[in-house]
Amino acid sequence: MMSLLTDNTMLAALLALVGLGTLFGGLLGYAAEKFKVGSDPIVQQLDELLPQTQCGQCGFPGCRPYAQSIADGDAINKCPPGGQSTINAIANLLDISAPSLDEEHGEEEIRTIAYIREDECIGCTKCIQACPVDAILGAAKLMHTVIADECTGCDLCVEPCPVDCIDMLPIVENIHQWQWSAPEHSADLIATTASGMHEDAA
Amino acid sequence: MRQIWNTPGGVHPPDNKEQSLTKNIGHLPLPEKLILPLTQHAGTAAKACVVVGEKVLKGQKLASASAGISAAVHAPSSGWITAIEERSVAHPSGMSAACIEITCDGEDRWIERVSYPNYQQASAMQLRDLIADAGIAGLGGAGFPSAIKLDSGTKKPIDTLIINATECEPYITADDILIRERADQIIQGIDIVSHLLGKPKTILIGIENNKPEAIAALNQHCQGTGIEVVYFPTKYPSGGEKQLIYILTGKEVPSGQLPADLGMVCLNSGTAFAIKRAVIDGEPLISRITTLAGEACGVNRNYEILIGTPVSHLIQHNNFNQALCSRLIMGGPMMGFSLASSEVPLIKTSTCILAPSHTEIPDDEPPQPCIRCGLCSEACPASLLPQQLYWYSRAKDHERLQSHNLFDCIECGACSYVCPSNIPLVQYYRSSKGDITNALATKATAAISRERFEFRQVRLEKADIARESKREARRLNTEQAKKMSPSTTQSTGSSAADIIKAAQLRGITKQASPEQQKAKLQRTLLAAQMRLEEAQQRLVQVTNKGSADQQAQQLASVEAARRKVEQTTQRLTEVSH
Repeated sequence: MMSLLTDNTMLAALLALVGLGTLFGGLLGYAAEKFKVGSDPIVQQLDELLPQTQCGQCGFPGCRPYAQSIADGDAINKCPPGGQSTINAIANLLDISAPSLDEEHGEEEIRTIAYIREDECIGCTKCIQACPVDAILGAAKLMHTVIADECTGCDLCVEPCPVDCIDMLPIVENIHQWQWSAPEHSADLIATTASGMHEDAA
Repeated sequence: MRQIWNTPGGVHPPDNKEQSLTKNIGHLPLPEKLILPLTQHAGTAAKACVVVGEKVLKGQKLASASAGISAAVHAPSSGWITAIEERSVAHPSGMSAACIEITCDGEDRWIERVSYPNYQQASAMQLRDLIADAGIAGLGGAGFPSAIKLDSGTKKPIDTLIINATECEPYITADDILIRERADQIIQGIDIVSHLLGKPKTILIGIENNKPEAIAALNQHCQGTGIEVVYFPTKYPSGGEKQLIYILTGKEVPSGQLPADLGMVCLNSGTAFAIKRAVIDGEPLISRITTLAGEACGVNRNYEILIGTPVSHLIQHNNFNQALCSRLIMGGPMMGFSLASSEVPLIKTSTCILAPSHTEIPDDEPPQPCIRCGLCSEACPASLLPQQLYWYSRAKDHERLQSHNLFDCIECGACSYVCPSNIPLVQYYRSSKGDITNALATKATAAISRERFEFRQVRLEKADIARESKREARRLNTEQAKKMSPSTTQSTGSSAADIIKAAQLRGITKQASPEQQKAKLQRTLLAAQMRLEEAQQRLVQVTNKGSADQQAQQLASVEAARRKVEQTTQRLTEVSH
C-alpha cells in the first residue's frame, strides 16, 4: 500500500486532498448543526429592550412581533409604554439616531395597573380572555380580580368589560419603592470660562 | 502593637464630640405613646402578631420577622395596642409606613424573661435563634439583622471577629459613652458572639484614637480575654465596614462580596451590648443609646431611649429651641437625613438626633459648576472617581456608572464635604443608584411578562389544535352515522325523519345504564298516557259539539298518542328483559 502511494505521487496527492476535503466538510457540517442560530439574534435583542406590556399600541399583536418588524426596517418610535428611554436604547443598539415618540400610537404616560371593582363584576370572563399575560383570575359567573404583580398596565381589559368595572390606577409609591430624586440642576456641569456659566456639556 | 493600614481618601471634619460627653447616659421619663415601625432594619418589614386593643407587656413580641432579611419588633414598655396603621416614620422620603402604637400604662411591667447565663453550654443554633428572637439589628446605623449576619458562620469558617467601635461621624458619641460606662457587658457580648462563631482566632476591637477613655476602659476589661483593642488615627469614614476591615487587617472586601466571604464578621459595639442583654438578661432589643446634640438643644447628652419614643419627646425634655434650630437631623451631619416632622419615632438605627443652629450647620449653598479640581477623588475612601460619576449621573449613563463601580459608593459624603462648588454629589449618586435598581427591576418584570405572554400564546395554540381535532372527530362521527342510517331508517324514507331517528338512536345509546333507560322510558310512558287521556277527553268534547274536520283531527291525535303509549310500553318491556 505504502509503496503504491510512494510510486504514484499523483494518486497520493489526490487521496490526501480528498481526505482533507472530507474531513473539513464534515467538520463544517457538524459546526453548522451544533452552533446553529435559531432565530435572528437582533430580534431577540430588540425584544429584550421593549417593555413587554404586550399592549399592541404599536399596531402589532405583542412586543415580539414589533421587534421582528423593527428588524425588518419598521420605525422604532411606536412604543408609548417604553417611551423615549426605550427609543434611545433601540437607537443605541441599531446605531441610528433616536426619533421622538410617534404620537399617533399614543403618549408616554405614567405606569398604571388594572383594578377590578369587584362588587360590580358580573363574571363574564371577557377581560380574562383579553389579558395578554394571564394576569386576571376568575371563572364564569364568579368575581374576577387582577394579579397586581403580573399586570403590565396594557389597558386591553378595559374595553371588553360590559359593565365598565375596570379602572386603570397609577401605581402608588410606597416607602420601599421610594428613591432619592436627582438634585435640581442649577449650575452648569463644568466651568468652561471665567464666568463659568456657558454651555452644558451634558 | 498590631500593624494598621491606612485607607485611601477620607476627610477630617470637626469632631464636635465633647459637647455630648460631659454627662453620663441619661434616661427619659416614659412617653405617653410609643410608635414602633415594622421596618426598623435593613430588609423586609416584620409581620404584626398583635391586634388593636390587646394588652402587651414590656418585652413582648409585637411583630415577628418575615422570611428573608427581617427582624422582630418588641414592646418597649407595657400598655395597650391603640393602633396598627401607617404613620410618619424616620425616613429621608418623609413618607409613612406601617407602625404599631402602644399607649403606655406607666407600669412598665416586664414579660417573663428567658435568659441563658450559661451560654457556653448553648449550641450556636440556640444562640442564633435567641438573637433572632430578640430582634437585634445592627445598631451602628445600617440596621442589618444580626442573626442573619452571624448565620454566615455556618457556611464558611469565621476566623476574624471585628467589633466596630470607630464611631467616626462627628457629634455622635453613643458608642463612646456606652463603652466608657458598660465595657464589661460589651466584652460579655463579644464572648457570646465568639462562642457562637466557634471561637474565631482573632478578635479585634477597632476604635479611633479620639476616644482615650473608652480605649482605657476596653483595655482594662480585655486583659486576659484574648481580645485585642486596636486604635488608629481619627479620620472620617474609618467606621465603614469595609474601611475598618482594611485598616485592621489590610484585606479589601471585593466588590459585591461580604466580609463573611473573607471569613470575617464585623459587628458594632452597641450590637454586642444588645446581644449580651438578649442572651444573659433575656431582654430583647427595646432600647438603645442615642446622642442628642446640637446648639438648638439645651442639653447635649446621650440617652438610653426606648425604641419608639417620638423625637419630640426627646427634644422637648431638653429645652429644645425651635427658633434656633435650622433643621432636625437623624444620624450624623455627614450621612444623616433631615426629618420632616419631630413626631417620628426613634428606631433601632437612630444613633443620633442633631438639632444644629443656623450657624452650626448652615443651609446648603447653591451649587456652582464643577471646576475639575479633583478634591473629591482624593477624598473618596472607596477609590472611586466622583467627578466622573457626577457627569455620568447627570447624563443618566447607567452603563458607564456601573462600569465605574457606582455601587461601591458607601455614600459617606466625603466628596460633597470637600467640593468647593457645593455640588450635592452624594444625592446624584443615590438618585442614580435608585434609577439603575429600578431599571433592573423593570427588566426583571418585563422578562416575567414576556414569559407569561409566550406561555399564553402556546396555551391558546394548544387549545386551538384541541378544538380543531374535536371538530374533526365529530365530523367523522356524523359521517359514520350517515353510513349506518340507510339500513335503519328505510321505512320512514324522508331525510328529516332520518335525522330525528338518528338523534333518538344517539339519545338511547348515550344512556349509560339500563336502569336509567328504564326510568326514562317509564317517565315517557306516563307522559304519553296522560297525553292520551287528554286527547280522549278533547275528542269527547269535539264529538259533542265540533265540526267534522275537528273530529277527524282529534281522532288522529288520539291515535298518535295511543301509538306512542304502545311503542313506549313495548320498548319498556324490551329494556326490562
